[in-house]
Amino acid sequence: MSNKILVFLEQRNGQIKKSSFEVASKGLELATKLNYEISFVTIGSEISNSSDLKEFGVSELVHLKNSNLSEYSSSAYTQLLKNFALENKATILLFSNTAMGKDLSPRLAVKLNAGVMSDLIALEISGTELIGTRPIYAGKALEEIKLVSDFKVLTLRPNVFKAEKRETASFSVNLKEIAEVDLSTKVVEIKKSSGKIDVAEADIIVSGGRGLKGPENFPLVEQLAEVLGAAVGASRAVVDAGWRSHSEQVGQTGKTVSPTLYFALGISGAIQHLAGMSTSKYIVAINKDKDAPIFSIADYGIVGDVLEILPVLTEEIKKIKS
Amino acid sequence: MKIVVCVSHVPDTATKIKISADEKNIDSAGVSYVINPYDEFAIEEALKTKEKIGGEVYVVTIGNEAAKESLRKALAMGADEAIHLKYDGYLDSLNVAKNLAEEIKSLNSQLVFMGKQSIDFDNCVVPQMTAELLDYNSISVCVSFSLDGNKVTCEREIEGGKEVVESQLPIIVGAQKGLNEPRYASLKGIMAAKKKTIQEKNCTFTNNSVELIKIKKPASKNPGRILGTDVSVVPELVRLLREEAKAI
Repeated sequence: MSNKILVFLEQRNGQIKKSSFEVASKGLELATKLNYEISFVTIGSEISNSSDLKEFGVSELVHLKNSNLSEYSSSAYTQLLKNFALENKATILLFSNTAMGKDLSPRLAVKLNAGVMSDLIALEISGTELIGTRPIYAGKALEEIKLVSDFKVLTLRPNVFKAEKRETASFSVNLKEIAEVDLSTKVVEIKKSSGKIDVAEADIIVSGGRGLKGPENFPLVEQLAEVLGAAVGASRAVVDAGWRSHSEQVGQTGKTVSPTLYFALGISGAIQHLAGMSTSKYIVAINKDKDAPIFSIADYGIVGDVLEILPVLTEEIKKIKS
Repeated sequence: MKIVVCVSHVPDTATKIKISADEKNIDSAGVSYVINPYDEFAIEEALKTKEKIGGEVYVVTIGNEAAKESLRKALAMGADEAIHLKYDGYLDSLNVAKNLAEEIKSLNSQLVFMGKQSIDFDNCVVPQMTAELLDYNSISVCVSFSLDGNKVTCEREIEGGKEVVESQLPIIVGAQKGLNEPRYASLKGIMAAKKKTIQEKNCTFTNNSVELIKIKKPASKNPGRILGTDVSVVPELVRLLREEAKAI
């Protein structure tokens, strides 16, 4: 066997991210089916949860360590991963389509003269070829593509692929100290948005729109999100009106999301909003207008005033959660 | 200093996408095309930077004849020069990046702005690829930009917050919504833009590394149930979410 898959595992604050476990799982599945070897690589100063990988079938984690890399640096990461891929003759490189994965993978692809399949929501093997499916036009259509380059760089949309448990007999960390890194572009500070869950990573999203009538009513949305452990989202209309920050916007020109459960509260469902959330597993819509397009894709709908219904909904969910 | 902005010409966000019979493209009949929304933030940032440090703003696009409209829009906003790299067909991201890199190199620009992604194929890779081809620095998905001499500081959106990223020229910056408020073109700007000459060049095409198999519609969701019209159905909704959907 000479072919190899490289799986990049992203850490933030020394913790390997949930979406990286999803990529690890898909990587293992591909390696088995294609009869490829596989390597798992992370970069950073310290990693605290690497042993969690064991129950997901990872037997060795290569940790490229440098004390200056507690935060991300595109220049350093690109160089390290390129060297690693070439030394290990890895031809398929898998990433999660996170902020870091999106930033890093295209630069690496150019270094390896590889094509990129980004933001995949399905990845199948047909013969010896990898066929990727990805949303285009913010999810209004899907394209099926394949790469014909020698090296292949793939990024998987978070929250779509499942992290499957696969017990392995042993687990070890292969620590490689890196003496010098290229820090020409580097993160110097992280500004957290007050401890909230990001819409791109959430299992449940509670989104509000114009039907909330004003920014002063958004705490009702936040309260429901809190009892559900959900992220708060927003329609473009309320972001453009300045009620909410753009980081919460769901839809085309915002974030495209696929949570298990999506609440559209006072959102009529303009086409650019539907594009961004219609792949959610379950959709709940509450809207006054019975003809609102959101009802055409909602699993459960209530035609009514969101300001009246929302507090009751929050209370009812609180009851069953307690 | 020459500041370059790369723009693309895309279907408007309100467009309903229909797929062509050969499943290789979208049916463009009745589709209205606009400048990629993220590119407007890129143009605005380039114009603001020019106002501070001087220079000229060059706007570059790759596309068919219709893509000139997006160049005109950029000129109307205040860009100085426009270059049209003509190509009608499917170019993968790497091919797009190679052509943009060539043009940036021939303009000898050290500062390039692009929309973080175009809203047609949504790849979010061209700014970074172009930078790597040129051996430039890059910062993607930026919501703030500042330039101090050669030093560049940007805030970039990440999950649950922002990263403050430091780098230096030469650089390609990917513009995210929130970076600024794009200006409206003035009537005078629109009139002047109509008169400006757009420089035309041909794209070079090397084999695509991405091969399109087909474009298809996402599986359509069946409309679900309207449970009722007031708060009395809330307990039923919660029960369904718990027992039927098993989602809470």
